[in-house]
Amino acid sequence: MQIRLNSRAWRGVMVAAAIVTGGALAVAGRAVAQQQNFDTVQIDTVKVRDNVYMLVGAGGNTTVFTGDEGLLVVDTQFAPLSTKILTAIRAISQGPIRYVVSTHMHGDHIGGNEAISKAGRTRAGGNVVGDLGAGATGQAAILAHENVLNRLSAAPAAGQQAVPFALWPTETYFGKKREFLFNGEAVQIIHEPKAHTDGDSVVFFRKSDVVATGDLFTTVMYPFIDVANGGSITGEIAALNAILDITVPSNVNEGGTMVIPGHGRLSDEQDVIEYRDMATIVRDRIKEYVKRGLTLDQVKAKKPTLDFDPRYGTDTGFWTTSMFIETIYKEMVAMNPPPAPASRGRKGNQTQKGSGE
Amino acid sequence: MDGTWQPRYHEDQPERIPGPELRDYLGLPINDAARQFADSWDPGRITLPEEQCRVHVSPYIYRGPTNLRIWEEKHPKTQDVLAIKHYHSTYEQTRTIYMDGRPHPGPNAAHTWMGFSTGRWDGDMLIIETTHLKQGWVRRNGLPMSDRAHMTEYWVRNGDLLTQIFMLFDPVYLTEPLVKSTEFVRSPRELPAGTWLWVCDPVVEIATREDGAVPAYLPGEHPFKDEFAQRWGIPEIANNGGAATMYPEFQDVVKQAPKPPPLPPPSRGATRVTGPGQQQPQGR
Repeated sequence: MQIRLNSRAWRGVMVAAAIVTGGALAVAGRAVAQQQNFDTVQIDTVKVRDNVYMLVGAGGNTTVFTGDEGLLVVDTQFAPLSTKILTAIRAISQGPIRYVVSTHMHGDHIGGNEAISKAGRTRAGGNVVGDLGAGATGQAAILAHENVLNRLSAAPAAGQQAVPFALWPTETYFGKKREFLFNGEAVQIIHEPKAHTDGDSVVFFRKSDVVATGDLFTTVMYPFIDVANGGSITGEIAALNAILDITVPSNVNEGGTMVIPGHGRLSDEQDVIEYRDMATIVRDRIKEYVKRGLTLDQVKAKKPTLDFDPRYGTDTGFWTTSMFIETIYKEMVAMNPPPAPASRGRKGNQTQKGSGE
Repeated sequence: MDGTWQPRYHEDQPERIPGPELRDYLGLPINDAARQFADSWDPGRITLPEEQCRVHVSPYIYRGPTNLRIWEEKHPKTQDVLAIKHYHSTYEQTRTIYMDGRPHPGPNAAHTWMGFSTGRWDGDMLIIETTHLKQGWVRRNGLPMSDRAHMTEYWVRNGDLLTQIFMLFDPVYLTEPLVKSTEFVRSPRELPAGTWLWVCDPVVEIATREDGAVPAYLPGEHPFKDEFAQRWGIPEIANNGGAATMYPEFQDVVKQAPKPPPLPPPSRGATRVTGPGQQQPQGR
């Protein structure tokens, strides 16, 4: 199956998925999804390993992990695509879907949770089935960090719809990670706090050597820092470095650990390095300008993202380059309040002097 | 073209062997984004363990100190050429140029240092189209090539001389195609095995560096940003590069442009961002 969405189209999809208003992004994603025409979307199945596949459609990328025990699906795109996603999954394997993992709470990643989890089954027996009946086994478990459940179950803001219960995680974890053995290999679901949101998970298939990153890493846009849902550039960069701690390239410095991004093409460590470098350099520039006491307008006038704009920037949509800069600026100001005018000059001079050059 | 080939460095020798000087952007069709990328580039980035073994992409690797082995892979039953292989001693890279008519992968496939290449013969000239490249260098003084670049190559053999001419198209960092030629000479004998190896084991080289630090200079504040132009008396308008600097008529522009002042003593007090927001004066 083929997909021919270029990066601009992806941005459009991201726009549909994420309109940040008071923490109601998942709802907004659903609302906009209802206005979109998904009829023309095709699902591109990219084989990553013999037992791991990446499905690219019109939401966040879906990861499918297969084996003797069944399937684990990471992220489910938009609800209207569920039939197509399920068709693509069944072209890979007829095995039972045992788990759905949500890397975070955005609507373009959880929209298909209901349909895809209900196409699966949970292994359970004994008292669990006795107490809960068919509800204990009638769908695949939906796993996520507890902050995903907290966000999705929160009372909606005025004028917003509540996120349907069927999209919520059925099992959550708190702390650093949840890990288990499935299909003969360790699956680690690792929490990256306060990054893209406050509920981000990276899913690492240890034996297959594949990482699904959710929107902590994409190849199509600047990191979207969803501040309203607990995100921060500091956490985002920490998360990218944490992903790099997992990845190991092959002896020709590519391949090795493969990385399935939240949006965009299949990647490996080097692609994450470029993205981490970009995010770090832009953050460091703005941090330095804040230390020098520059206003937001002055920082923007210095074009701190100019070298990366043709690759990641945009002036339209829900996450413009200007918003990226502004978000970092506000965080840096909060972390490093500008010095009082009387001391600013002295510190600046001391820094500029340096030594040894 | 089968055999062992070694490059000749008479073209662009200062760039290819000792290495380009900082801010030498002469004759390259770069845009403002590429210029800022290079202006803030700090070679210290390649001391990061994860970047020490960074490979040169196929539009750049042929111009380095590489030994090149070329051979054909043929179908065992039909003897049709399925692919032409290039092995580079530099970074131990193997490049496959598919000759069987297969299409290039879709937009969601992984990118590699060598990219995905398909070839066809036009008489005695091999024409290669390459896509799916990783981000790399246009010039290894920090001038970037994006992962959206693609390349067309023309390979011609004349006796023991092999010529590659490539056109690089990069919608992110180039305003016009970059065209270069490179010459190889057939090696009369097989090279020792060790000359084909490039072992790279990354290690922590800077023990005191803060975790997650990415060395870079603030745009416009590189302490040696004027050094190249001043050393050689090159007007800024030429030194900045850009498509106009590629063409012969630009010589008239250069003659009219003011030359920079002579190179002063080394400046002091670099503004170098080495960690999350940190400025550290750099010694040398």
